[in-house]
Amino acid sequence: MAVEAPTGTGTLPQIKGVKEVPYDELFVSGHRTCQGCESALVMRHMVKASGPRTIVLGSTGCMYVANTTYYSTPWVVPWMHTQLGAAGSAALGTAAGLKVLMRKGKLAREKINVIAFCGDGGGADMGIGAISAALTHKEYDLLVLLYDNESYANTDIQLSSQTPWGAVTTFSPTGSERRIMHTRWKKNVPGMLAAGHPESRYIAAGCAAYAVDLMNKIRKALEVGGPTFVHTLDPCPKGWDYHPQYSQELGHLAVEAGIWPLYEVLDGVVNLTGPTRQIAEGRKKRKPVEDYLRRQGRFAHFTTEDVEHFQAEVDKMWEEWLIPGVIPFTIPQKDVTLLNIDKKKPLHATA
Amino acid sequence: MAVAVKTTETSDVQTEQLMTGCEAIAEAIRLADVDVMAAFPIRPYDTVMQAAAKLIANGKLDCEYIVADGEHSQFEIVKHACAVGSRVFVGSSGVGWFYAFEAIAVTAGLRLPVVAICGNRALDDPGAFGTEHNDSLAVRDLGWLLPWAETAQECLDLALMAWRVGEDKRVSLPVAIGLDGGFLTHSQQLVSVPTKAAADAYLPRFDLGDRLLHPDNPITIAPQVDQDWLMEIRRQNDAAMRRALEVIAEAHADLKKLFGRGGDSPFLDEYMTDDADVVFFGQGTLALPMKVAIRRLRKQGHKVGLVRLKWFRPFPTDEVVRSLSRFKAVGIVDRDYSFGSPYYGGVLYNEVRSALYSRDERPTIVGFVAGLGGREIDQTMAQDIYDKTAAAAAGGLAAGDQCHWIGVRE
Repeated sequence: MAVEAPTGTGTLPQIKGVKEVPYDELFVSGHRTCQGCESALVMRHMVKASGPRTIVLGSTGCMYVANTTYYSTPWVVPWMHTQLGAAGSAALGTAAGLKVLMRKGKLAREKINVIAFCGDGGGADMGIGAISAALTHKEYDLLVLLYDNESYANTDIQLSSQTPWGAVTTFSPTGSERRIMHTRWKKNVPGMLAAGHPESRYIAAGCAAYAVDLMNKIRKALEVGGPTFVHTLDPCPKGWDYHPQYSQELGHLAVEAGIWPLYEVLDGVVNLTGPTRQIAEGRKKRKPVEDYLRRQGRFAHFTTEDVEHFQAEVDKMWEEWLIPGVIPFTIPQKDVTLLNIDKKKPLHATA
Repeated sequence: MAVAVKTTETSDVQTEQLMTGCEAIAEAIRLADVDVMAAFPIRPYDTVMQAAAKLIANGKLDCEYIVADGEHSQFEIVKHACAVGSRVFVGSSGVGWFYAFEAIAVTAGLRLPVVAICGNRALDDPGAFGTEHNDSLAVRDLGWLLPWAETAQECLDLALMAWRVGEDKRVSLPVAIGLDGGFLTHSQQLVSVPTKAAADAYLPRFDLGDRLLHPDNPITIAPQVDQDWLMEIRRQNDAAMRRALEVIAEAHADLKKLFGRGGDSPFLDEYMTDDADVVFFGQGTLALPMKVAIRRLRKQGHKVGLVRLKWFRPFPTDEVVRSLSRFKAVGIVDRDYSFGSPYYGGVLYNEVRSALYSRDERPTIVGFVAGLGGREIDQTMAQDIYDKTAAAAAGGLAAGDQCHWIGVRE
């Protein structure tokens, strides 16, 4: 049996400017997230972009525990809890169920968006295997959204594989003997997933501080069909230790300092978006990472050397990576011509 | 591979074929028109997934068949497919079952009627492929219905019953059928396979009703309830488990009416118990060597029989009490262990003793741990079990306050 091609909705056009953003709210009051919670904003934008014919699966994390309480659910769309590491499986099971029931005539045929979200702990740590598996199933239409507030914030701010190098968390405090407890560099999740999942037509990195850009990425993911993935960086007043009024500003700074590049990979073609594109094109200078780091209590213990180390690592992303901010590795200077393969000449032998 | 065999048993509602326990389950999957299943390899349960894959490849089953990246994903996939209204099937064995444990726990909490098999296998470490019931039994407190099959026929029948009972609105709980690894998963027996029409008459379509997750029914499933509501919700699950007893009895009666099998009781299978003084008690394929022993012992004049438990959850307390209070002594044969438990007994031993605690008429109950890791229970062991149980019969209730490990090299 041939694999059925993924289908888009055809009903989610790109939003050109803030005035075109849908008025309807599908994520409303009732949640208990912290003041200044950027992840809650991601939820709001996510369902605004997808519209009401959407099923949302939410794995354990802030957006479950603080967000979805019995008798005061903020979800206007159907919503179901899933386990911490199960966003990929939840999306897969839901999409498979809808597809077969429609095929067998047990459910009315229509396009229903399936979105499973997870935090950085649920997605980048525990659930990475299931997300990876989901992204290989091109016969199912689903979107996995990873909202990344860079720690297990709901359980008291413990470090995850998305916590930046050196940041203070309750599992990586700074102390008199060890200034830096967390010595791992943040995993490049969207880059890794894009590089490793050729069947996924759309993978993107966004930030709610660039709301229209984010909504358009969610729409594009749902429109192209098949298994797709969007990763957002969400400033978190509690975990990052700053005043709640600066969430948007910190989102901007993360992008402007080049720490969090905005991009999308559609059918294997990288497209940088927002200020990231301006930086790459040389139209905008990257801000020093210090401007970002010094605004947050979690980096308050940083010495000048720590800041310099952080800056050097970010510089590498821009100066040494094969695709700046997206795909690491590079090739030696002597092989640089390999990047300019003449596609008109087949490399394989012809009969 | 199932082989069609012409016999006189073939009728207009069923045909008899030779197949393994797992192949019989696969036939039930076809008859139930399962919508979504998720597979992951671990011996010995996985032959059911191989058989089902073949049915799909041959166009005999229309089903989303997802090969998952692990057991946790396997169980999560079917759980979510079930929430949007799909009839689902899944399974595992041994440590694979434990890898899925979180998903197994929440499935019962969600009241989603996922049907699974557990091809009972010893838990690592050290490794062993053979039967032990501790994998299935680990979920005994969570709200899964747990029947155990003895024969390939019973595998097929229990699977059809599992969807019918689990999906019944009075129950709405998941079901995990225990199949002794190797002895049942891989052994061929003759099985009467119902026609599709007969199966349809027995098994209604799955309908989640107002619990369906769909944009036309925008509910929120499993929000955070905390201490405010958790006890009330647990109590509802308890009520559903209690109601399951009567729903199982109905499903059993209908199965018997339609297909003419299943025995007198939905919960117990009794063998030569009418005049028995001493009985063996256990579940699964244990029945086979014990029946052989009973026939041999009867020839020597011993009044001995067997009571096989078909449903461990819900535990049919009344039926067990009514049955066992007729005997002088009961030898409970556990194909499991429960280290450090009361009297160092197996799980069944302590469950049965607990059920009989307040009764005036109660037998001496002796515990045996036997056949772990797939070790065959031979006639020497069966004789040992009988001798110890018969001796305890004369020794009063306290004579049962000990458990014996059978066939262990010292």
